[in-house]
Amino acid sequence: MRRVGPFILERRRAPSRAVVIGVSVLAVLAALLVMAIIFAGYGVNPWHAYATIGKSTLGSRYGLMEILRRTIPLLLCGVGLVIAFRAQFWNIGAEGQLLAGAVAATGVALYSGIPGPWLLPAMFGAGFLAGAVWGIIPAFLKVKLRVNDVITTLMMNYIMIYIVDWLIHGPWKGPTMRGFAYTDIFPKAAWLPTLPLSRVHWPTLVIGVAAAILAALILSRTRLGYEIRVVGESEGAARYAGINFLRVSLAVMILSGGLAGLAGVGEVAGIHHRLLSPTQVSMGYGYTAIIVAWLARGSPLVAIVTSLLFGLIFAAGDVIKTVLRMPFQVTGVFNGLILFFLIGVEPLMYWRVRLLPKGERWTGRAGSSGS
Amino acid sequence: MAGTNEEGLVRASSYTSPMLVMRDIVKTFPGVVANDHVSLEVQAGEIYALLGENGAGKTTLMNILYGLYRPDSGEIYVKGKRIHIRSPRDAIAHGIGMVHQHFKLVRPHTVAENVALGLAGTPFWQPARVVERGLKELSERYGLPVDPRARVWQLSAGEQQRVEILKALYRGAEILILDEPTSVLTPQETAELFKVLLHMKQEGHAVIFITHKLSEVMEVADRVTVMRRGKVVGTLPTAETDKGSLARMMVGREVVFRLSKGECHPGEEALVVEDLHALSDRGIPALRGVSFTVRRGEILGIAGVAGNGQRELVEVITGLRKAQRGRIIVLGKDLTNRSARRIADAGVAHIPEERLRMGIVPGMSIEDNLILKKHHRPPFSRGPFLQLRKVHAFAKRVIEEYDIMTPSPRTPAKLLSGGNIQRLILARELSGQPGLVVAAHPTYGLDVGATEQIRQLLIKQRDSGVGVLLVSEDLEEIMALSDRIAVMFRGEIMGIVSASEAKIEEIGLMMAGERRQQEQPS
Repeated sequence: MRRVGPFILERRRAPSRAVVIGVSVLAVLAALLVMAIIFAGYGVNPWHAYATIGKSTLGSRYGLMEILRRTIPLLLCGVGLVIAFRAQFWNIGAEGQLLAGAVAATGVALYSGIPGPWLLPAMFGAGFLAGAVWGIIPAFLKVKLRVNDVITTLMMNYIMIYIVDWLIHGPWKGPTMRGFAYTDIFPKAAWLPTLPLSRVHWPTLVIGVAAAILAALILSRTRLGYEIRVVGESEGAARYAGINFLRVSLAVMILSGGLAGLAGVGEVAGIHHRLLSPTQVSMGYGYTAIIVAWLARGSPLVAIVTSLLFGLIFAAGDVIKTVLRMPFQVTGVFNGLILFFLIGVEPLMYWRVRLLPKGERWTGRAGSSGS
Repeated sequence: MAGTNEEGLVRASSYTSPMLVMRDIVKTFPGVVANDHVSLEVQAGEIYALLGENGAGKTTLMNILYGLYRPDSGEIYVKGKRIHIRSPRDAIAHGIGMVHQHFKLVRPHTVAENVALGLAGTPFWQPARVVERGLKELSERYGLPVDPRARVWQLSAGEQQRVEILKALYRGAEILILDEPTSVLTPQETAELFKVLLHMKQEGHAVIFITHKLSEVMEVADRVTVMRRGKVVGTLPTAETDKGSLARMMVGREVVFRLSKGECHPGEEALVVEDLHALSDRGIPALRGVSFTVRRGEILGIAGVAGNGQRELVEVITGLRKAQRGRIIVLGKDLTNRSARRIADAGVAHIPEERLRMGIVPGMSIEDNLILKKHHRPPFSRGPFLQLRKVHAFAKRVIEEYDIMTPSPRTPAKLLSGGNIQRLILARELSGQPGLVVAAHPTYGLDVGATEQIRQLLIKQRDSGVGVLLVSEDLEEIMALSDRIAVMFRGEIMGIVSASEAKIEEIGLMMAGERRQQEQPS
């Protein structure tokens, strides 16, 4: 217990669910508030800005569909990251794993010659595998050579970004694209169906929701999930219990990377129908998914909600660009603010702040001065 | 105390004002009152013992005096003057020094560098130079021989403690607090320490010495204050009391010094260790040819000063550390260098030294914690799936059987008290009908109730034909529980004696590295 001015701080050991939710909402609100200042700095009335964003996203069918479209990759990557984070595997590499999935799907779509109805399943399979491979390399490095997972997963992103760039400028550059750095358009059999008058490739959305439910079941009801939780909560206890770190880390990264890979398949097969510049394929979904997973606080089901929130923020970014004529990068600022406040308020969950009773308030100095 | 809190002098009445007065100290932590209106007075030239069980509030009180905690209320006077201690720096400025139970030294640095660290008034370049001279003087004056240029990691625990004492003296400490100073010492080193303390007393220092060992209080202290559950039970001159009444004050009831323990009926070999060699974390040989046997129905106690290979021995036996050479045969099977899971599955229970870091997963529920190490086998899992209903039923049963006090099986383990955490670990480890129990410091830091219960549980295991390997730094515990006692020193067994014939002096000598004369092969 500590006194600070007229307040008493008490440490609590296990924050309740209400506290966690309350504090998280507080963080998002604080980010909105700072964002309002940025709007004002741009000469845009914050009320007007938020009203416009609200109307063009939540207030129209098109807007809602755009939120869903953005949610899909965030959900898949986010669920994967929740699993990884539960094992304290700091996978910052969903972006690269997503791109790996996109590359594999493109390869299958353009060059495999697999016949029509099997093409999309094969693309998803290849995308999962490619993402998983991209994910298990850091897992090996971490367990076998004790290389920091944050660094390897992050660096693997850049490798994959350059591979994609090289492919679309070099070997896979589409002959029919008149010199643009794209691959050819996929055959129609490799296009994912979308909801009418939208870009919501619903099969990927279904996979995403299923993945969230499955991940929740794995974590709570399977041996693997139990071992993931033990490894994540206490390395010492995991060692003591004889849990095989390599096996758990590999499993975690196969799931985490594989799910990000599926997100990549969805983007190329559902929206672009070809492989193109990495920044256009992903727009940083793999990085934003880190915040999605962080906000979900270890629950894959909560990731459905948090990925919707960030889908909304992405869709708002489009509005900011087209309607409010501010740069799209403002969404990055917004994401950054939310993450900043989320991490910033973390200590609040472990401290209960109370106002001292009135009578004691101004004689409080004696108590806090160690006398 | 609201209202008048101006600094003031204590009116010197008929007696000379004491060196230190702590008055009505209150300190609460969430859910506990660690110090409940505690008052004490210490005179110059006095050795003053603060006696109490773990968790009685002794260390909290001294941490307040040293500025590590701030009290919620209460007053502190040094030499009659009211002082406010906000940090250890303040405490040092008022002539208060503290030697912590776990030394606060920079291990790669030299002794002089450690003393110079954070010292005001040392030159920017080579501050240790200046300190070296002063150190020599001090160490001669108080009989604390230490080489100022030796690096701390090369020193024994006793020597490191001397460095800590010198550090405090160098800073001009007139009041020296020692927190459980003998817990890392051999009996001989303890005797040395007591000589130093007497020396300091003659020089007019006030020495406050925190302990839970009655014999030490009787041996060296002039006065003793007994604490229990955050309160002062009483303060007495040691000349007017005895061990028995102090123990009663400490525990709050009559204490039995001997555990009831039936005769030992050793059976077949539960554990055979042959010529075991292993390295420590730092790559230095920690086990150098250790051999012994534990039979079913017997408790073998491993005594020794901390850091002589006990930790490594436990880890090698339980599969957490690789042996370089030698063999480990458990219940007839050679399990040398097998995985921890394999060894646990073979019927080896492990009560680990580091309860919170290893023994439990703090953030997971009690239920989840109770199946750790067994989660991968029936009945708790079938195929890849956990059998949550069976887990729940099992948890409910053993929570009752082992008296784990918890609101619910779903409560996170970290919310349990120390005693209940240890009960949880014992419930998990002993409920699987092990053939061998490896228990490292099983009662360290627990209150008397939990300690007694856990010792009884270990004896019950032995009586039901389980082999028990007990590692403890608490000689009293080793003597009370063991059927045979092996003493470790620098990675070797100095000798194995039967507990009924063991003399504490002989064990003390072995702890200090004297090999036993008539080696009895076992």
